[in-house]
Amino acid sequence: MTAIKCVDLCKNYEQGDVVIKALDHVSLDIDAGSFICLSGPSGSGKTTLLNMIGGLDKLDSGEIDIDGQRVDQLGKGPLADLRLHNIGFVFQSYNLIPVLSARENVEFVMQVQGMTAAERRNKSLAILKEVGLAGMEDRRPAELSGGQQQRVAVARAIVSQPKLVLADEPTANLDSNTARQLMDLLRKLNQHHHVTFLIATHDEQVMEYAERLIKMQDGKVINDQLQA
Amino acid sequence: MPAATGLPLGAMIQLAWRNLWRNHRRTLIMLIAIIIGVWAMIFMTALMRGMVDQMLKDGIQSLPGMVQIHNSEYRDDPSIENSLEAPGAELLSALNSPLVFGWSSRVRVPAMISSEQGSRGVILVGIDPIAELSLGFDAGSINQGRFLEDAGDKGLIIGHKLLQRLETRLGKRVAVMSQDPDNNVADRGFRIVGVYKASLESQEEQFIYAGRDIVQALLKIGTQVSEIAINGEDYRDVAALQQLISATAPAGAEVLPWMELNSYLSMMLGMMDGVVLVWIIVIFLALSFGLANTLMMAVFERIREIGLMQALGMRPASILYQILVESLLLLLLGLLLGNLLAIATILPLRDGIDVSAVAKGMELMGAGSTLYPALKIRDLVTANVVVIILGLLTSLLPAWRASRYRPVEAIAKT
Repeated sequence: MTAIKCVDLCKNYEQGDVVIKALDHVSLDIDAGSFICLSGPSGSGKTTLLNMIGGLDKLDSGEIDIDGQRVDQLGKGPLADLRLHNIGFVFQSYNLIPVLSARENVEFVMQVQGMTAAERRNKSLAILKEVGLAGMEDRRPAELSGGQQQRVAVARAIVSQPKLVLADEPTANLDSNTARQLMDLLRKLNQHHHVTFLIATHDEQVMEYAERLIKMQDGKVINDQLQA
Repeated sequence: MPAATGLPLGAMIQLAWRNLWRNHRRTLIMLIAIIIGVWAMIFMTALMRGMVDQMLKDGIQSLPGMVQIHNSEYRDDPSIENSLEAPGAELLSALNSPLVFGWSSRVRVPAMISSEQGSRGVILVGIDPIAELSLGFDAGSINQGRFLEDAGDKGLIIGHKLLQRLETRLGKRVAVMSQDPDNNVADRGFRIVGVYKASLESQEEQFIYAGRDIVQALLKIGTQVSEIAINGEDYRDVAALQQLISATAPAGAEVLPWMELNSYLSMMLGMMDGVVLVWIIVIFLALSFGLANTLMMAVFERIREIGLMQALGMRPASILYQILVESLLLLLLGLLLGNLLAIATILPLRDGIDVSAVAKGMELMGAGSTLYPALKIRDLVTANVVVIILGLLTSLLPAWRASRYRPVEAIAKT
């Protein structure tokens, strides 16, 4: 079943007199529950594609449907609601809120969703245990290692059961051992929670985990293949 | 605050509080600025209020009575011809109303006082001393001798300054000369039985007091009086009292509140509210630049975090509320400490601040040489409300800017 449908996406950025084609007529279908990697060199359009699907930026043209809902024409408020209830994000530099503890960071989205305190607490403690951070719930980001911070970010992205998790270079700031542990975790969460993962990376180790590998260059999809 | 479309209020407050203390030094500096600003607003307002209250009190004391009844010609020509009959039955019944806290009838005429050493023009006031005490005459102001005992007391009370001018002293005799209704000279010798001190030297030189019955006999006016003075509860609100007395005043008399009898004092009272508000706003404007700058810096430092919150699904309006809550917490904390500091400064000064070093200047403005800070609840409320409303308005710009960031750009900020 198709979870995300991208049709003829175009996005240009202007740098002085130069027009950069960040997305050049990109079309994709992504099935629900799949684990996909977007690969390609810097500037190939991976992050731009994630931003467009996540509603963080506006297309110049094209169409994006998530679960049958046209999202590229939504206003700021409805887009925020879409992200709140359907999309989780994992960023390269973790992006945790520094004044909140690990548990409070994980609970943040559920708080905005209006979930009760007891429900939030139960869910956040369970997911932190699942990502291997039991006993570290009350630590603030500054008291956690890079790998631990990224696990908190993953827990935050997955805890409210979104349909889709968009991860932009999630292992870029981690050593290879920690990166492998994180990817094992993401794959396990994908299988356990049946959440669609779309991961932008240029780390070959990460690509090995993908069920489907989409290669991009100069804003175009140049290769799209299933992996064993 | 819209809990349904963003963080619940409790979580918003918790996050705002922690964000405030991320940069201790900056928050403390801003907090101290707000505390000093609020203290200055309240303390200086209390001083100004105290000064004006004192001016009003002194002014009303030289013209005792919140409402006065005169012959309708008296204000144009305050001579003995323009007198009133003593209060009739109807007026007496109104004067016994609960609205009336005290009343007195007086004879007030221009006169000349002479001692062995000199003469001065004065206002001779014939009073019923017992009734005057109920009107607020301060017997404690008699610093030598005694106050008059009754309306038939043959003694004379004069001001300390006049005593010096006439080069006389307590117990000495002086001659007082005026005119009766037939324009004949009316004069009489009085013994000085008391000397009063007033906060204004001009008052000490201007007014002399004798028993009302004695002055009526001197001027041959029977029971006629120049004015009937009535006090109510609050000198700021005399409309009901004026209405009650007007309804029963004799024909040909006018009933006027003190504001009309002394328009300078009335204008001062009216102007004071405006001055207080302007003062509070001026101080706040100085503060507002610091506040806006502090919030701008706080927002600028957290652009990436704000982008993250938007990416996680917080609506722009919730981001705006989040910044406003942060500002509100800072303002409330500053107000709390500023109010406490102001009250702690004002309370020990309740007995007055001696400003005799600048007494001449104060007298020019009609104020005495002691300032009594007057802390009014209304001024406290005004200062606090102004700070909160203008503070939130000032915070709107940084909050609005925070809510307008595009998530994709905000997250990319380093």
